[in-house]
This record gives sequence, C-alpha cells and structure tokens, in this order.
Amino acid sequence: MHILKILFKNAFRHKLRTGLTIISITIALLAFGLLRTVIDAWYAGVEASSAYRLVTRNAVSIIFPLPLSYKDRIRQVDGVSAVSWGNWFGGIYIDEKNFFANFAVDARTYFDLYREYAIPDDQRTAFMRDRKGFVAGRKLAQRFGWKIGDTVVLKGTIFPGNWEFVMRGIYRGRDPNADETVFVFHWDYLNETLKKAASTRVDQVGFYMVGIRDPARATSITDAVDSLFKNSYAETITETEKAFTLGFVAMSDAIITAIELVSFVVIIIILAVVANTVAMSVRERTNEYAVFKTLGFGGWRVAGLILGESIVITMLGCAFGVAATYPAAQIFGKAMGAYFPVFHVSPGTLLLDVAFSFVVGILAALVPIYRTLRMRIAEGLRMVE
Amino acid sequence: MVVSISKLCKSYHRGGQVIPVLSDISFDIAEGEFLALMGPSGSGKSTLLNLIAGIDQPDSGSIVIGGVDVTQLTETELAHWRALNVGFIFQFYNLIPVLTAFENVELPLILTSLSRAERREHVTMALKVVGLEDRMDHYPGQLSGGQEQRVAIARAIVTDPAILVADEPTGDLDRVSAEEIMGLMDRLNTESKKTIIMVTHDPRAAKKAHVVRHLDKGVLTNAHSQDTL
Ligand SMILES: Nc1ncnc2c1ncn2[C@@H]1O[C@H](COP(=O)(O)OP(=O)(O)OP(=O)(O)O)[C@@H](O)[C@H]1O
Ligand SMILES: [Mg+2]
Repeated sequence: MHILKILFKNAFRHKLRTGLTIISITIALLAFGLLRTVIDAWYAGVEASSAYRLVTRNAVSIIFPLPLSYKDRIRQVDGVSAVSWGNWFGGIYIDEKNFFANFAVDARTYFDLYREYAIPDDQRTAFMRDRKGFVAGRKLAQRFGWKIGDTVVLKGTIFPGNWEFVMRGIYRGRDPNADETVFVFHWDYLNETLKKAASTRVDQVGFYMVGIRDPARATSITDAVDSLFKNSYAETITETEKAFTLGFVAMSDAIITAIELVSFVVIIIILAVVANTVAMSVRERTNEYAVFKTLGFGGWRVAGLILGESIVITMLGCAFGVAATYPAAQIFGKAMGAYFPVFHVSPGTLLLDVAFSFVVGILAALVPIYRTLRMRIAEGLRMVE
Repeated sequence: MVVSISKLCKSYHRGGQVIPVLSDISFDIAEGEFLALMGPSGSGKSTLLNLIAGIDQPDSGSIVIGGVDVTQLTETELAHWRALNVGFIFQFYNLIPVLTAFENVELPLILTSLSRAERREHVTMALKVVGLEDRMDHYPGQLSGGQEQRVAIARAIVTDPAILVADEPTGDLDRVSAEEIMGLMDRLNTESKKTIIMVTHDPRAAKKAHVVRHLDKGVLTNAHSQDTL
C-alpha cells in the first residue's frame, strides 16, 4: 500500500460530496474555458493578421476615403511588394440579423495578398471574368447554403440600392485562425455603378492593403508611405495589419475586460467550493490525522495526504471540465458563428485550466493543512465521533 | 527499556484559567513490566499515558525512556521516536475506516524502509498473533469491536516496539471480547517481553497487570504489585 492509495480512498469516502464538488469544478472550468475562448475569438483577427501586410487609411478616420490615385505612389515605396484596396460595403442580406463582413476589393491583387485564403484556380478565374461575381468564405457559404452560380442580393446601406451578385468561388482558410466568413466582390463593379449614378464617391478607396517584403522594415515603410501624403488634403495613417485590427478590438475593450473579470470570478468561486469540501472532510477526520501523527507520520506526510486529496478532486474536475469544453465550444461556435468567425479552444486556455485547477487545489488545502499540523495529537485523539 | 518519570507536572489553560492535571509525579517502570493505571474519571490517567507515549508535552519534569529524555525531543524527533519505540492501543480502536485490516496494520510500516514483501510478511505475522489472518481483507466496519481491537493491537506490534501503551483497551467491549484482549496483552507481555502501560477502569483487566498505580486528582497514590498466576 502506498500513501497515494490512502489519499484516493479519502477523496472518495463521501461519494456524493466529492461528486458534487467535482461537478462544480467541471461546470466552472467549462464556463471559464468558454469565456476564455470568447476572448480569444475576439482577438482571432489580431492573431490571424499577417506581419507582411500594412493597412493605409485616412488619417482623420477610417470612415473617410482616400483617392484611388494613391495606389501607384504607394507601390513605388521601397520595400512594398504589392498594393490592393477595398471598401467596406456594409450590405445587408435579407435581414440585419444575417450580418457578415462584405468588402469591395480589387480582385486582381486581393487574393495574391491574402495567401491564407485558398481559392481553387478555376473559381478564381471565373470570379475574375464576372464583373458581378463574388467569393465567400466556406463558413459563410455554408451558413446560407449558397452554391456556385447562385445569385445573392445585398441591400446597400453606405451605397444605396439593391446589389446583385453571383457566387463564383468559395475560399478556405489555410490556417485555423483564418476568417472563413468574409464576402468579397469587385471594387470595379462598385466604382462603375457609382460612376453611372454620377456619384461624388467615384474613385474613392476605403483603405489600402500594402504587402511588404520584410516585416522588420515595417516601421520605416509606414513612415515612408505616410510622408508621401503629408500636407495633402487626405493625409494617411499606415500601420501594421495587427495594429489596425487591434484598433478595432480596442473599441470593445470594456466588454473584454468584463468577460475577463467574470472568468476569474468563476475561479474564485470554485476555490471557495473546493476549500469548503476539503475543510469539511479534514475536520471530520481530525481524529484520523491524529492517529497518523501518533504512528509517526511527519508533517510533510500529513500535509501531503490533505494536499493530495485536494488536488485529486480538483484535477478530476479539471479533466472533465476540459473534456466538456471542446464539444461545448463547438456548439457555441456554431450558434455564434456570425459574431465569432473563429471559435477554437486554444492551448493557452487549456494551460490556464490546468494551472488554475492546480492552484485552487493547493490553496484549498492550505488552511486545513495548517490546522492539522498545528493540532496537538492528544487533543485530536480526544475528538472521537 | 526502563521508563523513569520524575517531577512531572502538567496543567491545561482554558480561558485564562489554569487547570492542574498532574502534579509532581515520579515513578519508574521496569523493563518488561505490565503496569495498570487506575483512578476516577478526570484524574489524569490519559494525560499521563500520553506524556509517556510522547504525544503530549509536560509543563515540567522529565521522562527518560531507554536513556532518552523524551520531553526534550523536538516534534519531528518525537515522531520518529514514537514510530520506533511505542505501539498504541486506543479505547475506540482508531482504525482508518477506508483501509482493510491488512492495510491498517501495514500503516506504520510505510514509514520504514522495508520492501513490499517484507512488509507483507510482518503484517501477516502480526495478524497471526492476534488470530485474524483470515480477516485481513475486511474493512473495520465489517469486524466486531473485539476484532477491531485485535487489528489495532496487530498495528501496535507490527513494528516490534519495546513499549505498548493502551488507553482503556477494553472500555468499549463486552466481557468475552475484553477477556480475549486481556489474554492477548498478557501474552505480549510474557512471550514477547513488551513493557505495557495500560489505563483501565476495569478491575478484571487490571488483574493481568503486575503493578497497579492509582491516580487521584493528578496525584499518584501508593502502588501495589500483584502476583499474577
Ligand atoms: N485539552 C484539554 N483542555 C483542558 N482540559 C483538559 C484537556 N484535556 C484534558 N483536560 C482535563 O484534564 C483532566 C484529566 O483528563 P484525562 O483525560 O487525563 O483524565 P482521565 O483520567 O483519562 O479520565 P477518563 O477516565 O474519563 O478518561 C480532566 O479534568 C480534563 O477535563
Ligand atoms: Mg482517559
């Protein structure tokens, strides 16, 4: 017999109590895991951003456009490998609740710059040939059951009218962080339509996507681009794609902080639950710990018995919690696909799960250990039944 | 191992009040002696036994056992000393309910460097001495009081300590079981040469002892030896 066996037997002496505690930990860790995953999902765009891309926008605000003519000047900056551009279209598909991101992009350059979006060659060619064509991410197409050749109408909000598009391709993400819910169509189609309507918004670009050869030179290139347009009527701000995306995420900073806080509160609650269970069990067995001490079991062994029991309980709860997080995240991700294009349980979340469970196991045992070690044997032995 | 107690004092403090329990106790216990401590409830018998067994500390005085003053040992040294020298038998057996009879007896051996096989051998031997080798896989809840106490005795002797201390070992048993236990204690004393210090209320149990000492309000009254048959 090993001391480990005693500790396991102790942990399951009160099957109901231990079971309930383990279930509590499981549920708490499930909640914790999902909350962390929501936060990760928020930052997924940042994670997915490429160090090889910069974004140039109007210095006043992203809602103000830049002239199309900037594209040639940006391309000439040393270190720039490619330039693409686009506009946030903001079209609505049937109903507002069907929200998804849709952009007018320069079709010739876009997919070369966004290598993480894999699109079959024939579909890409078909897209290039059709002025009204569009390409959608795999998840988006799945969500609305779109097939190649289907006609999709978006109601314009920024650009009024009903816009008709024909599905010409479906792209897949090359890595798990890639957003597969984006809708892109020809910027030329948008621009020509505006021209026909004699709009003042002709030849205006929402943002430039700038490919660079060497991420280490990103800072000097952003400076070079911005200095080109200094003192012009449309000054620019150029930043790495990461910084650009982070800027958007920062707008929901308060919500993320709140979610983060709640996720930690969950851990504190679970600490209270485990601490209570361990304290109760140890107190009931004061007499037995007195016997262990009488038989010559030293402080370390007695502490180990209590600590071990606490950790066995928390780690079992942790294991179940982690196991439950995956299917739960999958269901959650499906339901919230429109808001969180990427919803994966990250290794970091698992690591936090395990680390926090371990810490909870240790903290919960501290007071009972202290009490038991301080307990005088003669007094502990007196506490019979 | 000779036990030599001198000028032992012990009091408890409760809410600023000092409750004297043992005052100026001095006596010797010879090697191989079977001593019974008797006296009214609250007279300090358990307290004295605990002090001798090294699970409590006196206010003053010394207890020298086999040349070691146990009152001077640190807690860790004392734990080690107990594991080597003293076997404990309690009124309520104090077995660990989630462990089998075998595992309960094996408990003190976990602290030794014995191999698994050696431990098994020792445990089987101890259970044989108390006549329970066929019950080794039973849990305490599946044993009678008398059997539980015999398992507890097996646990006390498995490390082969020189001294056995027993606090009312028959206090919770019926007459037949009590007699069995006393027979066993007697054998351990005569055959295995254990020094036994036993607190008891039961005159019948005390009969097995060589020496009976009476405590009254923390003071030792005269001892009388008795010849066992
Ligand atoms: N932890 C303690 N705090 C305060 N007083 C105590 C404590 N332990 C024992 N006492 C007191 O010390 C006295 C002696 O107690 P002890 O247990 O040694 O008596 P005893 O002779 O074994 O009695 P019994 O025959 O009932 O077991 C009692 O008055 C008891 O109330
Ligand atoms: Mg007593």
